Amino acid sequence: MSPLLVANGLHKSYPQGRSLWGRARPAQSVVRDVSFHVDRGETLGIVGETGAGKSTVGRMVLRLVEADSGHVSFDGTDLSTLSPASLRRMRQRMTMIFQDPFNSLDPRMTLRAAVREPLTLHTSLGGAEKEARVRELLERVGMRQDHLDRYPREFSGGQLQRIAIARALAADPDFIVCDEPVAALDLSIQAQVLNLLLDLQQERGLSYLFISHDLSLVRFLAHRVAVMSQGVIVEQGTPEEVFTDPKHPYTRALVSAIPTPRPTRVSRWPAGFPAPGPSRPATERRSR
Amino acid sequence: MTDVLVEPEVASDPLAPVLKIECLNVDFHTIDGWVRVVDDVSLVVPAGTTVRLVGESGSGKTVTSLAAIGLLPPDTTRVTGSIRLAGEELVGASSARLSRRRGRDVAMVFQEPRRSLDPVFTVGYQIAEVLRRHEGLDRRAARSRAVEMLDRVGIADAERRFGAYPHEFSGGMCQRVMLAIALACRPRLLIADEATTALDVTVQKEMLALMNDLQDELGVAILFITHDLSVVAETCDWVNVMYAGQVVESTAVDRLFHEPRHPYTEGLLAAIPDPQRRRLQAIPGVVPAPTSWPTGCRFSPRCDYAREGVCTSGAIPLEPAGGAQLTRCARHAEIELKGVLA
Ligand SMILES: Nc1ncnc2c1ncn2[C@@H]1O[C@H](COP(=O)(O)OP(=O)(O)OP(=O)(O)O)[C@@H](O)[C@H]1O
Ligand SMILES: Nc1ncnc2c1ncn2[C@@H]1O[C@H](COP(=O)(O)OP(=O)(O)O)[C@@H](O)[C@H]1O
Ligand code: SF4
Ligand SMILES: [Mg+2]
Ligand SMILES: [Mg+2]
Repeated sequence: MSPLLVANGLHKSYPQGRSLWGRARPAQSVVRDVSFHVDRGETLGIVGETGAGKSTVGRMVLRLVEADSGHVSFDGTDLSTLSPASLRRMRQRMTMIFQDPFNSLDPRMTLRAAVREPLTLHTSLGGAEKEARVRELLERVGMRQDHLDRYPREFSGGQLQRIAIARALAADPDFIVCDEPVAALDLSIQAQVLNLLLDLQQERGLSYLFISHDLSLVRFLAHRVAVMSQGVIVEQGTPEEVFTDPKHPYTRALVSAIPTPRPTRVSRWPAGFPAPGPSRPATERRSR
Repeated sequence: MTDVLVEPEVASDPLAPVLKIECLNVDFHTIDGWVRVVDDVSLVVPAGTTVRLVGESGSGKTVTSLAAIGLLPPDTTRVTGSIRLAGEELVGASSARLSRRRGRDVAMVFQEPRRSLDPVFTVGYQIAEVLRRHEGLDRRAARSRAVEMLDRVGIADAERRFGAYPHEFSGGMCQRVMLAIALACRPRLLIADEATTALDVTVQKEMLALMNDLQDELGVAILFITHDLSVVAETCDWVNVMYAGQVVESTAVDRLFHEPRHPYTEGLLAAIPDPQRRRLQAIPGVVPAPTSWPTGCRFSPRCDYAREGVCTSGAIPLEPAGGAQLTRCARHAEIELKGVLA
């Protein structure tokens, strides 16, 4: 079977504005000749330093940002040839989850309205069917029915990200660009969201383009990894290949910088140093 | 506040910690009245060591460190307990005394290096200014010391870069400048609050190595605050884990990973992505806000080992759990917890 998504030779540069003397600065090239594919049911991880161009690539893939040159085809259709109307239809099948759950939802929309919106946009479901679908989606991401009429400010980051996932799933997509979906979340909450993404992939055969600066995360959940540096993909391969036998110097630097949970130096803690001691004076202690 | 005169501990005691916090409580005045956000925190930082304070956002790490450096707004905060910096009590000390301490005995670097630097002055000037203010150096001496510091924190071509403005530097370079400013007057204690969080992993690694080297050279003690468990083990001696305003576990760094003694620590370790497993172990539920801390153990609503009564009736003290390790778990003696390192 042909891959679900193929990106071929993507380029993007941004104008730099004008210099003090009114001369146009040369455009800054932020993505150069980026090509990759994503198979059905597969996760392609993109890692790289800040400003490497990861988010720009993710947005070009969905045509949220127009590429200067290059092509993206989805399920055999070249997206650049689509009329706005057909692109909108195609968007039903490809969507995005962003890093910042606090800004990705409209603060004036209740949870119900937020999940309903993409259903109205992309489906022709009737009112009752829509309501049933909203409830089903929210239940799937672990939200309760009594949350339906609440507003984003009443939810934690992890809950908001699950709501964003419910929204992304509303139109029953095949492909989701996840741009740093857990970077803003605490570790104990990250796992809840990642497990949800993994389960949904299993259930629905979803494909992900998973963008992250966190190598151990990408190593954990990607089937293949693309390493980006300064606008270019410098290396692609399975996590085993990329992490155990990195070829490109940048990848090597990146892999060797992954923090390990192993202590890296001989402890300087003075032997026999008194630890802070029991927390309260004995008299204040509760009696058990 | 009055300037209570406190006898400093005898400085010659080699085991006298640079920072010793005991039973620290911090309350903020909010629209809901006084709200406690740091509750019964004790920790020590011995000279020349690096201590990590790790916890999820909102757990009280920053507030604890701001208290230690005397930077909490006095009119809306209430601080009780004891904070001894180089033997001198800071709780109740006058603001004049506190600001004398800052920069000389204790300095701080924050997460956003670019925002901590003043965009209108050159980086060199900002380092030199600190030296002139705190050490009374004249312009020439301050300048040459500043160049030396820039060089020392790994800014290549320091002489020329002295005149550069912050916007000409990358985030990592700005953080090096912040480190230079913080260490310019050779403080005994450096507090680094999420100082590497905004940096790329490769730059983060360089920063951690640099802090390690500077510690060797200057003997400065470091209290390093992070929410990122993955950097905890790097160049560190002791770890305090915070949860909902309290230190819940306090231990040598290797024991944290081998033998956690608090269920929250165990849960955090299990949530680290591990390519050997196809699912992550998630801690259910959410971190409670200070206004809704449960009674008894704050972690009990999310804890697999929780028992009605013993875990939920009274405040749980931080207790020894073998050796110097401390835990705030009422059931630590009866439960067996798993670490991640064999
Ligand atoms: N709309 C824009 N106008 C001008 N420059 C832009 C624009 N969007 C992105 N850039 C620049 O393009 C480069 C790549 O940005 P991008 O957001 O894709 O990086 P990234 O890899 O996602 O980084 P991060 O890890 O920080 O999110 C950066 O130098 C950025 O400043
Ligand atoms: N100036 C303030 N006024 C009221 N509440 C505050 C203030 N600063 C921090 N808090 C609250 O104190 C708690 C601990 O915050 P903080 O120490 O910043 O956490 P972190 O562990 O993320 O550094 C949070 O609930 C925060 O909202
Ligand atoms: S005191 Fe009870 S609820 Fe709290 S961590 Fe220990 S076992 Fe869990
Ligand atoms: Mg990005
Ligand atoms: Mg903080």
